Amino acid sequence: MKFGILVNEGPFTHQASDSAYHFVKAAIDKGHQVMRVFFYYDGVNNANKLSAPQADDRNLVKLWGELAKEHNVDLVVCIAAALRRGIVEENLADGFRISGLGQLTEVGIAAERLVVFGD
Amino acid sequence: MIHTVNKSPFERNALDSCLRLSVKGSPILLLEDGVLAATKGTSISDKVAAAQDDHPIFVLGPDLQARGLAEGDIADGITVVDYGGFVDLVVEHGTVQSWL
Amino acid sequence: MSEEIEFDTAGITKKFMYVNRKAPYGTIYALEVLEAVLISAAFEQHACIVFIDDGVYQIKKGQDTDAIKMKNFSKTYGIIAMEKEDADEDEDLDMVWRIIVEKESMEARGLNADDFVIDVEVIPSTELATIMAEQEIVISG
Repeated sequence: MKFGILVNEGPFTHQASDSAYHFVKAAIDKGHQVMRVFFYYDGVNNANKLSAPQADDRNLVKLWGELAKEHNVDLVVCIAAALRRGIVEENLADGFRISGLGQLTEVGIAAERLVVFGD
Repeated sequence: MIHTVNKSPFERNALDSCLRLSVKGSPILLLEDGVLAATKGTSISDKVAAAQDDHPIFVLGPDLQARGLAEGDIADGITVVDYGGFVDLVVEHGTVQSWL
Repeated sequence: MSEEIEFDTAGITKKFMYVNRKAPYGTIYALEVLEAVLISAAFEQHACIVFIDDGVYQIKKGQDTDAIKMKNFSKTYGIIAMEKEDADEDEDLDMVWRIIVEKESMEARGLNADDFVIDVEVIPSTELATIMAEQEIVISG
């Protein structure tokens, strides 16, 4: 099955990004395709390469980037939400790309399931 | 359709709104702080028991464990699933409505 | 921006639902869901824009944000209403948009249909539940 994912919240403050990450991993492990993860609202903060969590804690920004690379998942950060929150190319983490809000509608159409993780 | 509720019923009205607006027979998955709705002996246990008459209810095991809850702490008839089970539920039941 | 990845969506029409449950200004969800709805118009999909719980306040008349210095975006809902009208009038276009307020949410907050900046369908929860169950993609803010 083809999945699209929407992540509404940034790393750490809410569990949304963690839940989305584990769902995506489980879906891939089961042989499903995750076409795109769209980061909107504060979710764009998952793409901030300046995030520096404590050494003994998970690094969500890196985890998402590694997932994208290993499994060819398209991680898209909404440009309008990103600009508001200061996420630009210069601080964009590996594995993410910035694009328009239409990419959310597009994956909604193209995928068979869209799952939203938020607060 | 499958409904997910990720906020505590003691904090938010997400579960109440979900129950009001979900058709009979549609499954509900509790995750994150939403797992607290699955616990026995709370002020909302009767409400959840009544909901179970109309909906199969599932709860995400990893989120229970994280919050110090064991399977023995949750109401009878609620099924514990892991992330793989969550994926399977979505595949089986179609559109996901996330009550945030 | 990096290279675009696009999916082939030609000829597909799906039923989208945008669920608004939060009041405006206390959080950004109202504004950013509105932006998502507006962008989606170009894709000519079916859409139900639904206001439930405190979401009904998003379309309340008389919003004045001068004192809190935030952008008053309530007029922008008028564009959604126009998109809906255009879709209704265009016989060649298979695109149905509905703007729905849950009756129970509205009444619990002492409001009625005249309190809103746009025309809405006021629908009771039992009927709205059935409409929701028919949707294919649900975007919750």
